Amino acid sequence: MKRIEAIIRKTKFEDVKEALLSSDIDWFEYHDVHGIGQSRQERIYRGVQYSTDVIERVALTIVCRDQFVQPTVKVIIETAHTGEVGDGRIFVSDMIDTWSIRTGEHGDTVLRDKK
Amino acid sequence: MNDIALSLDTVWMLLAAMLVFWMQPGFALCEAGFTRGKNTANILFKNFVDFMFGSLLFWFIGFGFMFGSDGSGFIGMPNWGDLSFYHGDLPVEGFLMFETVFCATSATIVSGAMAERTKFSMYVIYSAVISLFIYPIEGHWTWGGGWLCNETEDGFMMQTFGAVFHDFAGSAIVHSVGGVLALIGAMALGARRGKYAKDGSSRAIPGHSLTLAALGVFILWLGWFGFNPGSQLAASGEVNRKAICHVLLTTNLAAAAGGIATMFVTWLKYGKPSFSLMLNGVLAGLVGITAGCDLVSPVGAVAIGLICGIVLVFSIEFIDHQLHIDDPVGASSVHGVCGILGTLLTGLLSTSGGALYGGGWGFFGAQCFGILVIDLWAAVCGFALFYGIRKLHGLRVDARIEDEGLDVYEHGETCYN
Repeated sequence: MKRIEAIIRKTKFEDVKEALLSSDIDWFEYHDVHGIGQSRQERIYRGVQYSTDVIERVALTIVCRDQFVQPTVKVIIETAHTGEVGDGRIFVSDMIDTWSIRTGEHGDTVLRDKK
Repeated sequence: MNDIALSLDTVWMLLAAMLVFWMQPGFALCEAGFTRGKNTANILFKNFVDFMFGSLLFWFIGFGFMFGSDGSGFIGMPNWGDLSFYHGDLPVEGFLMFETVFCATSATIVSGAMAERTKFSMYVIYSAVISLFIYPIEGHWTWGGGWLCNETEDGFMMQTFGAVFHDFAGSAIVHSVGGVLALIGAMALGARRGKYAKDGSSRAIPGHSLTLAALGVFILWLGWFGFNPGSQLAASGEVNRKAICHVLLTTNLAAAAGGIATMFVTWLKYGKPSFSLMLNGVLAGLVGITAGCDLVSPVGAVAIGLICGIVLVFSIEFIDHQLHIDDPVGASSVHGVCGILGTLLTGLLSTSGGALYGGGWGFFGAQCFGILVIDLWAAVCGFALFYGIRKLHGLRVDARIEDEGLDVYEHGETCYN
């Protein structure tokens, strides 16, 4: 069982969401994230020019069984790709255990990803 | 006077008063939008304070200071809530309401410039003093029939300039007074924490909602359709019905021209048209046209709007970058600088007596003198008031309160939950 975290462009969120739902994943979490990076954007507010290093992205969190990691990562890379700097990153880490609150079962069989 | 005609005039005056009242939410939203979300309850509250205190104090005393009888032309008799001294064609209670909303407009200008760092208790004191004293006194000199607008041949203005001071709806009397007080208040208060870097360079502190600010400016624009055309105080008869239409047109043209001028100046200056400044540009045009909206032609109105919209951008930059006075909403530039500018331009562009229309320099001189006297009064009162309160009571909240937001510490309730 693995946890996949992907940081993607906000503009690619809809595409990635559709692709994940039509592949083997039927539940994932996402949240808006602000990152600080080297690239800066010029802004003007009421005559004061300033640059912001805050970069807005969407982070997805997907927990799945081992055999789904490769296809899921492939789907994200294919759909979130533009080729420009800033397309994002994917992190994969081990997940030790999981419980279903409804049934009390645990282990990766409670994950509802398809066989 | 025809009874129906008088009723028509009264209804028009009341309708205009209601529209001018509607400028209060315009100011409130504009100021809320240009400031941070942690101070929103505070800034909205201050706009209510202005209108609540203004309504009571102007009714009880200020109205007498402004319109009460006197011999010298400098100050009227306080009326102590008694309106029977006033003898005009229009019902006095309606006229009081009309004048009250103008007083409250002048008072509410300052809250934006002093936003995000002022003690609430201090603001209540300020708000009471302007409605009670500062505004009614200079209002007496002008609209109250005092010395600046005394048209008798042996009056000071007629003797000196051959013309009296003209401020149709209050570029000088309402807006420049509010703007001057805003500038001095912001100066006495000092900048918000983090506004200026150690090397003195200005930092942007973006407001939390340009959506609110935009709605506020549209509401103000609508409110001005009462502010200026309503100041005719009559709608009946050919002269009046033409006048209110003319004033409405010049008001709208100047607003549009002001916004467009700011849009293009910022586009050229910063490479992109600045929405936040364009909002101020619309108000700059409106403030500018207010003095002469009855006297200038439509072309003159566009000229006033364009000039005010252009000057606004440089004024905001100068006050921020050079003077290092932190005015989060630009009130001192919009109402102060453009109020003065509009009053002076009336002396040049008036089709009857304006210098550019062959009227000579007497009227322009009267405008220069009038605005100088009025704003000197505002400045002296402002210095005494704000520096006095600073010494006796303190103007600013503690640094920690400022950092975490006035809403939590000054009021114990937040706007966004």
